[in-house]
Amino acid sequence: MIGQHVTVLRNKRDLGTLIHMRRPVLPLLPALTLLLMLGPVAAGIWGTLLPAFGHLPAAGLTGPSLEPFRALFDWPGLPRAALLSVTTGIGATVVSLAVVTLLLAGWSGTRQFRVLERLLSPLLSVPHAAAAFGLAFLIAPSGWIARLLSPVMTGWDRPPDILIVQDPLGLTMMAGLIIKEIPFLILISIAALGQAQAQNSVTIAQALGYGRVTGWLKTVFPRVYAQIRPPVYVVLAYSMSVVDVAVILGPSTPPTLSVQIVKWMSDPDLSMRLLAAAGAIMQLALVVGALAFWRAGEIAVAHFGRRWVASGARGKCDPIIAQVALFSGGASVLAVLFGLVVLAIWSVAGYWSFPDAFPDGFTSRNWTRHGPSAFAALGETAFIAIVVAISVLVLTIGCLEAEYRHGLRVTQRAVWLLYLPLLVPQTAFLPGLQTLMLGIGAEVGRIPVMLAHLVFVLPYVFLSLSDPFRAWDARTGTVAAALGASPDGVLWRVRLPMLLRPILTALAVGLAVSVGQYLPTLLIGGGRVATLTTEAVALASGGDRRAIGVYGLMQTGAALLPFAMALLIPTLVWRNRKGLRHE
Amino acid sequence: MNKGLFLRNVEISNGAQPLLTLSHDIAPGQVLTIMGPSGVGKSTLLAYITGTLSADFAASGRIVLDGHDITHAPAHKRHVGILFQDDLLFPHLSVGANLAFGLAPGGTREDRQEKIAEALAEVDLAGFEDRDPATLSGGQKARVALMRMLLSEPCALLLDEPFSRLDTALRAQVRDLVFARAKARSLPVLMVTHDAEDARAAGGKVITLEVQS
Repeated sequence: MIGQHVTVLRNKRDLGTLIHMRRPVLPLLPALTLLLMLGPVAAGIWGTLLPAFGHLPAAGLTGPSLEPFRALFDWPGLPRAALLSVTTGIGATVVSLAVVTLLLAGWSGTRQFRVLERLLSPLLSVPHAAAAFGLAFLIAPSGWIARLLSPVMTGWDRPPDILIVQDPLGLTMMAGLIIKEIPFLILISIAALGQAQAQNSVTIAQALGYGRVTGWLKTVFPRVYAQIRPPVYVVLAYSMSVVDVAVILGPSTPPTLSVQIVKWMSDPDLSMRLLAAAGAIMQLALVVGALAFWRAGEIAVAHFGRRWVASGARGKCDPIIAQVALFSGGASVLAVLFGLVVLAIWSVAGYWSFPDAFPDGFTSRNWTRHGPSAFAALGETAFIAIVVAISVLVLTIGCLEAEYRHGLRVTQRAVWLLYLPLLVPQTAFLPGLQTLMLGIGAEVGRIPVMLAHLVFVLPYVFLSLSDPFRAWDARTGTVAAALGASPDGVLWRVRLPMLLRPILTALAVGLAVSVGQYLPTLLIGGGRVATLTTEAVALASGGDRRAIGVYGLMQTGAALLPFAMALLIPTLVWRNRKGLRHE
Repeated sequence: MNKGLFLRNVEISNGAQPLLTLSHDIAPGQVLTIMGPSGVGKSTLLAYITGTLSADFAASGRIVLDGHDITHAPAHKRHVGILFQDDLLFPHLSVGANLAFGLAPGGTREDRQEKIAEALAEVDLAGFEDRDPATLSGGQKARVALMRMLLSEPCALLLDEPFSRLDTALRAQVRDLVFARAKARSLPVLMVTHDAEDARAAGGKVITLEVQS
């Protein structure tokens, strides 16, 4: 019997080798994917560390030395720039997480919430830059809100002299981040809620006399938060180091640390790169410190939360909290929506003097003037996005299929690896990557830009597709194999067609992420790759609202259209297939 | 050559925990019923026979089908048909295309269409080729799933609680149909079930598994 056991095992191993020899690619895909995703991050940090310690052969400098850090600390703007990064990042994360949590606590499962959810999903794909421009056009002293209220309610017949956009505390920049992070966190939380059997817990808590919000916070929130922790960390790291939103809405003297790093990087004087690299290491340290601070905050909240649960408090102001949360959530949705509306108005506006609510006339002149260059940028944007998103989709499906066929298990640690490129601040490794590429004489341009986009697109596409891919009923595969379909046959003829909708959604996510990339395009493209996002952000300093309207709208359209297609195509293809028409 | 499905010294364990041991021959046209509480490894045994055993389990022993040792054959080359409690019709394919998926390759287009039409007529579903499977009733789906499996010309049939989702009236009807079709094609049948009525209707030997500790 034991002898037989051994034979069986040996046979099994032989079979395994055979399969691996016949299909050498598939089992290697997960490793290749990790390399493509983490390789540039590691190389970039290395390429930042060297010049940060004074080693930059391209400029004739060899280290190590602490001179760059000395120069960094001599820069008078540093304390303010660093503080701004921390306050705007932590502030934006706390506020958006609080709004999302209380919205879910007060309203999940209700009709109002479904309306909000439906409005939020498309907002997720609106690029950060477009949302930021929209917000600026709404709330600036000469913005739409001031125009709608003036002069009747305010008495203003010229824009008041107050600094709203680019305010020194970075409050507007924080608002710009919050209106974009709320949809992200809500959709992530809804996915987590599905696995938490939330409704039962709330029902029981209410039967025990707890208010809706209190009951939800005490029973459901810990489970949901455990699942959304990685994306919350991403929001924190991103908000602390964002560049495009900070250029558009953030203060300018001094700007946030990340913006200053990019300024130093674009200085023609090569030695300024040392300063940029030192700043980048500082930025990395700030983000690591903030993440540690956040972790400590989690422990503190958990501690007081347990006490609060043990106290048995039933919650007295639940209805008020719920109303405030709904108001904040609604305001954030409306800010993005009306921001897009005002972008659209400016793109066709003729003469529009201050207190008027609408322009004197509408014209197509803005589009004929800016259209040709905007369409050229659209071509570049679309080409990069399509190549990147399709490559990433192929890699993702390959990884998930390898996991299914070879019975690989995905640990929590592997999931964190997936989030790693989103947790390391872009400003910490992209400058280093650019410096490294210059050092080895590699051409900046389109292909390196695509590889850089891949780093950021991969995690999102993988996270979007992995749940539906894994949720597919494996018995369907067993039946298809029993009917004689080979593993490839099962994949192509059964699994992929059944998963058409989530696959197209993942593709749309990939396209939207690529369209919205600013810093990788700017730095790795060496300023020579002009996408809608880089062009739009470049317009920020000029203040030509009509041009910004044209570019902002096209950028939004480029990100939204794929989502519309991802909804429409499966509906058309499977119009006679009720079993695939859920949603 | 010996026709039938022979399980020789099959042992399945979940890590260190042994689940079941089984040695049994099922002759063509015979039904072997395996009963036992959930968690005893009934479905795992079927996964071992179809070649889709999860990496969480270890198994040994030989599976011989019509004289061929299929213990290590890939799942799609085993000629072992299986029906689950859910119909698992492919939702993206029409009823006809589902059957065509099962139908062994070869033959002209007309031949194949004719075979599919005959199969549908055999279970009183003539003319259902273009229907969306999601619009069928539970009993109709079960019949399509059965014919899809039979068209692939399996050499053995496995049933995993196949009737437990059907209501009582349909249950007996579908059950009789499945056993009759299997007998008509002289297929060895291995059924796992909770239900004593299913076991009685099968009319073959019944093995009851106990939880091993």
